[in-house]
Amino acid sequence: MSDHSSPSPDPAGSLNPLLSRRKLLYTGAAGAAALYTAGASKAFGAATPSAFDVAAAGTVTFGSNYSDAVPKKAMQNVFNNFTKKSGIAVKVNTVDHNTFQEQINSYLQGKPDDVFTWFAGYRMQFFAQKHLATPIDDVWKVLTPQMPPAMKAASTGLDGHQYFVPIYNYPWAVFYRKSVFKANGYTIPKTWDQFIALAKKMQADGLTPIAFTDKDGWPAMGTFDILNMRINGYQFHVDLMAGKKSWDSAQVKAVFNQWKELLPYYSQGALGLTWQEGAQQLLNKQAGMFLLGSFVGQQFTSAADHADLDFFPYPQINPKWGQDSLDAPIDGFMLSKAPKNLAGAKQLITYLGSAAAANTYLASDPNDTGANKHTSTAHYSVLQKKAAKLIASAKHIAQYMDRDTRPDFASTVMIPSLQSFLNNPNDVDSLVKSIQKQKVAIFGS
Amino acid sequence: MATTELAPTLDLDGAPPKRRRAVRLSLADRVTVALMVGIPMLIVGFFIWFPTISSIILSFSSWDGIGGLHTIQFIGTRNYHQIATIYPPFWPAFEHNIYWLLFLAVIATPFGILLAYLLDKEIRGSRIYQSIFFLPVVLSLAVIGFIWELIYSPTQGLLNNLFEDPAHGHLIDWLGNPKINLWAILVAAGWRHAGYVMIIYLAGLKAVDPSLREAAAIDGASEWHAFRTVVFPAMKPINIVIAVITVIEALRAFDIVYIINNGRNGLELLSVLVTDNIIGEASRIGYGSAIAVILLVISLIPISIFVANAFSEKRT
Repeated sequence: MSDHSSPSPDPAGSLNPLLSRRKLLYTGAAGAAALYTAGASKAFGAATPSAFDVAAAGTVTFGSNYSDAVPKKAMQNVFNNFTKKSGIAVKVNTVDHNTFQEQINSYLQGKPDDVFTWFAGYRMQFFAQKHLATPIDDVWKVLTPQMPPAMKAASTGLDGHQYFVPIYNYPWAVFYRKSVFKANGYTIPKTWDQFIALAKKMQADGLTPIAFTDKDGWPAMGTFDILNMRINGYQFHVDLMAGKKSWDSAQVKAVFNQWKELLPYYSQGALGLTWQEGAQQLLNKQAGMFLLGSFVGQQFTSAADHADLDFFPYPQINPKWGQDSLDAPIDGFMLSKAPKNLAGAKQLITYLGSAAAANTYLASDPNDTGANKHTSTAHYSVLQKKAAKLIASAKHIAQYMDRDTRPDFASTVMIPSLQSFLNNPNDVDSLVKSIQKQKVAIFGS
Repeated sequence: MATTELAPTLDLDGAPPKRRRAVRLSLADRVTVALMVGIPMLIVGFFIWFPTISSIILSFSSWDGIGGLHTIQFIGTRNYHQIATIYPPFWPAFEHNIYWLLFLAVIATPFGILLAYLLDKEIRGSRIYQSIFFLPVVLSLAVIGFIWELIYSPTQGLLNNLFEDPAHGHLIDWLGNPKINLWAILVAAGWRHAGYVMIIYLAGLKAVDPSLREAAAIDGASEWHAFRTVVFPAMKPINIVIAVITVIEALRAFDIVYIINNGRNGLELLSVLVTDNIIGEASRIGYGSAIAVILLVISLIPISIFVANAFSEKRT
């Protein structure tokens, strides 16, 4: 979840795609399309230094999207420990988070690194199905006793083999500052009515009740997901994401209509703001609440501020579902289709699934909760303990819209559609019709 | 085209021309000619015709870009039909490209010409002004996007903090309001484009014979009149270059909106839609190619006008 606006720490990763894009646009607009098709894999291969290196014995290459400073350092600590333990060196190629995602198709078809960072759920299954990942059932023989069954299920492809090793996940919940709630006498809302009443009160107190930012397009998906799961239940959400339910149904309209009630309480200029700017509003006590993943804590850099950060699960809307589901995306790793150092890569990915790796990682990045059952909670902050409890107590865990549905649908249909809803919330009927038509076009083919 | 131009030079070389001998002599020359023509042709073919034709072919297909060519399915004109009917960002993108063209042509380019004309007057500090106006051209559009993002950001940006009160919810949403952000970005793009036009035009103005202007002044022509009737026509080759640059800049606009918000929510452009559909995770190769072909067709209009002009020039 990196900010597109922030300069990437890795020039090779962020600039090369731009340069090659521009070059292609020079050669002629139409040329761009086919050149990418024909040369996509080559172009990206050249952009990653690994393409030129022959893997020396005892070196594993690792394609990383941990481009933000804090997680990048945390991952490096994990690799250092692994190298100390196994004697295998890890060569890390860090690419800007969003760029990594955008280039993933050509990256995996070109000369990918042995191990790469990726996400559980539909997006993992997609590449497994396309034979762009190596099954790692043997790794899971080691990991199965250490992982909760839900983690194994989320790591399993449609063919029943495992392709993924999780390291941590993080809940999406409503974040707030304890001090602000205490000073103003706010209480945690359990139901929708209490939620709206609280928002009204905050507005009267001069706060932006709900920080909301959607310049990058994906953060609004979190609100759609949770409203859908609260109103229509987890199973409907999963079926909708899988393309099995219709988007112009009464259920989906109900989600958008419910959402409309929140809009008066959102940040001004939400479509021009990044999530980091939203987090700053919360940090500076300008905003009262913020629905986001727990990575929001990355912006709370001082220990005192971080300790003041707290969250509550999204309020209940339909009593039938209560607060039984949430988005808690799992981040982890996969093996590319033909790792140069298969044995080393498997050793590395096994280690990445271990409690030791999760402990090391979480020591430097205290916003997530370890996937491994034996992850030490001794160093967990209050927030992490609460997050772990929330995830453990949830009946259903979704992976977030852009991980639960087809990426072409999520990026080319849903991002523009949700933004157009936020611009023009009164035309839900034609919006859902348009989504449905595009859904049929994409899922039908 | 290349061969027809080469033929006369060969004839000139073989002094008093005896046709048969010239042909026999040219054996080595033929290899040279073959290489000189062949290599550029290969390059042009590979880098221009091959991608263009592949794009056109792919635009009639459905392909996710994974697996061999046999996984491509041909689906006729369905992509085009869907783009025109059910793809909401398409028509805005189409319009925005036209707005870019109009803005650059009507505002940014004339402004650049004005700057050049003023700087040509040898005013004091001319060099410094030149550097200032030219600076944005040296920066990549990506960097420019970043700079302007710092200026436009609704809560943390310079503009709102100077003139509004973002901490208390009074702000102008320069980047997120789809009615405003296009114009905000056009100002940023125009800022760069004007500098580019200025430097080219300034170079051209230096080459204009000063006696022409003196003559006009002696005849009592006003400044504007002299520019319009004497200087501007004398600059014709430069004017054509600038017209071409303006059209190219408008049609290949991409980086700056992509940096600002991935080219969505009011900043759609055809180039962005091509990218979104092809190189993102989306991988709708056929769909994106169809948009690229539409962009190609649009590009052909100014190109054909230019080419037609250039050839009719030669004939007269």
